Amino acid sequence: MSVIYVLLAISVTVAVAFFAAFVLSVKSGQYDDTYTPSVRMLFEDEIVKDKDNSNLNNQKSNKNSTNQ
Amino acid sequence: MADSTCYHCGDDCGNHGVRFDDKDFCCNGCKTVYEIFTSNGLATYYEIEAKAGTTPNEIRKKYDFLDNQEIVEKLVEFNEEGVQVVSLSIPTIHCSSCIWVLENLNRLHSAITVSQVDFPQKTIRVTYKTEDFSLKALVLLLGSIGYEPYISLEEYNKKGKKVDRSLIYKLGVAGFAFGNVMLFSFPEYFEVQEFWLDQYKVVFRWLMFAFSLPVVFYAGQDYFISAYKGLRSKMLNIDVPIALGILALFLRSTVDIVFDLGSGFFDSLTGLVFFLLLGKFFQQRTYAYLSFERDYKSYFPIAVTRLNTSGVEENVQIYNVEVGDRILIRSHEIIPVDGILIKGNAEIDYSFVTGESEAVFRESGEKLFAGGKQLGDVLEVEVLKTVSQSYLTQLWGNSVFSKDKVSHFQSLTDSIGKRFTIAVLSIATLATVFWMIYLPSMAMNVFTSVLIIACPCAIALAAPFTLGNILRIFGKHKFYLKNANVIERLAKIDTAIFDKTGTLTTNQKEAIVYEGMALTDEETALLKTTLRASNHPLSRSLYDILKSNAIMTLDEFQEHTGKGIEGRVKEHSIKVGSASYVGKEASPSMTSTAVYVSADEDVKGRFVFKNTYRKGLGEIFETLSTEMDLGVLSGDNDGERPILENILPKKTKMAFNQKPEDKLEYIKELQKKHSVLMVGDGLNDAGALAQSDVGIAVSENINVFSPACDGILDASKIKLLPRFIKLSKGAVKIIKMSFLLSLCYNVVGLYFAVTGQLQPVIAAILMPLSSISIVVFTTVATNYLGKGLKNIEI
Repeated sequence: MSVIYVLLAISVTVAVAFFAAFVLSVKSGQYDDTYTPSVRMLFEDEIVKDKDNSNLNNQKSNKNSTNQ
Repeated sequence: MADSTCYHCGDDCGNHGVRFDDKDFCCNGCKTVYEIFTSNGLATYYEIEAKAGTTPNEIRKKYDFLDNQEIVEKLVEFNEEGVQVVSLSIPTIHCSSCIWVLENLNRLHSAITVSQVDFPQKTIRVTYKTEDFSLKALVLLLGSIGYEPYISLEEYNKKGKKVDRSLIYKLGVAGFAFGNVMLFSFPEYFEVQEFWLDQYKVVFRWLMFAFSLPVVFYAGQDYFISAYKGLRSKMLNIDVPIALGILALFLRSTVDIVFDLGSGFFDSLTGLVFFLLLGKFFQQRTYAYLSFERDYKSYFPIAVTRLNTSGVEENVQIYNVEVGDRILIRSHEIIPVDGILIKGNAEIDYSFVTGESEAVFRESGEKLFAGGKQLGDVLEVEVLKTVSQSYLTQLWGNSVFSKDKVSHFQSLTDSIGKRFTIAVLSIATLATVFWMIYLPSMAMNVFTSVLIIACPCAIALAAPFTLGNILRIFGKHKFYLKNANVIERLAKIDTAIFDKTGTLTTNQKEAIVYEGMALTDEETALLKTTLRASNHPLSRSLYDILKSNAIMTLDEFQEHTGKGIEGRVKEHSIKVGSASYVGKEASPSMTSTAVYVSADEDVKGRFVFKNTYRKGLGEIFETLSTEMDLGVLSGDNDGERPILENILPKKTKMAFNQKPEDKLEYIKELQKKHSVLMVGDGLNDAGALAQSDVGIAVSENINVFSPACDGILDASKIKLLPRFIKLSKGAVKIIKMSFLLSLCYNVVGLYFAVTGQLQPVIAAILMPLSSISIVVFTTVATNYLGKGLKNIEI
């Protein structure tokens, strides 16, 4: 019978926990810039490529394949 | 591929391009950046987005002030144990390649540990070790790759500025409570008469009460504050009925659950606040990287070079400059204070102050005013007045700059709100009086029901959603407004005044006409070669129009600052410059800028620079003149009057030789009878822009500089101005229609309320339904209007 109290307590706790997570994320500035991270995420791999110069001259610069 | 475009920046290489590494570059600057990038493994830059770069400007001794530790201390955010963190504003950030290269700065210098770009703000935050690196080195490094930071007086002392996130918190609280309360009140919507549910009814109700507390006292507090402020200044704004509604909802619900009369209206209460805040949030969208509050501070340098008594140069913060100090003004620096010229040839461009496009020449002993830009060589100036007392900066002492236009304007919503409040209160009173006589026990119920159902949620939402959406549509067409209120003001405009120089004319494409004896091919080639060596703006534009491909090697080149330039190849020489320099009497009636040319000491003729007017001006004025009075204000002399009269409609008023204060007064005079739109560009219009009902700054490059204004319009879109005004008027019409629509809902709701039949479930359906339908209606309607704008452009 009193299981409803337990359930309510759990559901409210979960809800409040998510709310707290939201407040923390706002506080840390996550919502200040919503654009840059979306671009940044796509870049991580490029750095590996840099060392290997032969990779650099692909489609966009293929007109100068005799580079260096 | 007939014409080559620069591999780095995508500009047309013209015929003076540089070829390097099998790629074309428009100039040496771009080539250098390419070299830096490729040699540091950053060539991916060119793969992310083609032609992403910007041409670096030459940075000479401009940033020497960063040697001064006191100034650096003010600029950096963090400075301890050999690590500094600094945020720099970089206006040239424009694409994903920019983000990539700026976030990989550590490859260019090992002292840089972290760099992070904020794209919407166009800023970069860099952490670096100070051991063998400094802020100055960082700035120079950024400058060398075409991302020169913008450091102005404004940056000084702005540390510790907090971002206001309270609206997001409030929205979060309201949304969180709304969702939970909805769940808890669900069982009661169906009025299930079940033992089990009845048993726990009380628990659910008090839980809802608990959730509504932060909504009323935290999320909704702005409405109470605003209503209180409005009442105190004897104004019935829209927040009065909203605050009344929230209060009635809360008190009635509390009473209901305390005395077990019903489940209360907590769902409607939290929903109402959530929707209202959502509207506010939607309207709040602004352009973070644009500043609408700029004054001279964002234009002036942060420091100047001072010569101390023993003649040694030192960098001092501009506020520390005192009367009697000797300061150095280098080429292309702004003169920050009024002073007397001691040494050097001054060629001052006062266009920001006066609107006069032509540079003026001053000799030692003459007075120089703050705000001018030195085009020639180094000057030595003795300070006459400090920064805050100078002629230009005093303009900001004028009270127009501290006036808040928003608070003086009664918005459509507020004017409706006034009538609405009166109507609601009288209906509530009448209904209560009726029930008092008929059935006194119902009276309180009816009174609160009326207040609850009449809460103008939909009305309050109509304006934010309509205007917020229009704001975004304008933004897409490069017309950036300071806030939504401007749209309503724009719709009321009946007079438009334009500045001439920089607004009606372009700074970029000057029409150059040659008058005199024709130049031979050889002379043209020599002329072009000579011009190539000069950095003077007139030389640059002249260089661009001369058609000659032969580039020779000069045997001799001399630049006489403030006079002209001279070039010699073998036995031929050429001189370009002012009339007196090449040996000709200047014609006294000259109203436009001219450059004289002589070959082998023989005067050949002159190039006359004429202002070119923006395309489609006649049409803009023609369209606007059907709806409003028009006028042109100019700081220039009236030499252009016949041309203007030719282009513009007959009844356009014109005034010339207007100083900044004159413009302000002119607008003020007009405002006695009219609602005035001012369209301007420079600091010289700042007063007029601030005084006018709507001040729009036209800008060739929205990131660079525009004075304090209500809106910034990209110069290429000026022909859309009549459409923007028309759209604003359409927006106001949409808001009015939404008011009608929401009134219908209110009438239905009032029927239930007055007859005493208002059940929580009816309120819970009616309120979100009206709000959502208003949001949908306004969004669809504004997008429909915005579509017209898109068609025009094609």
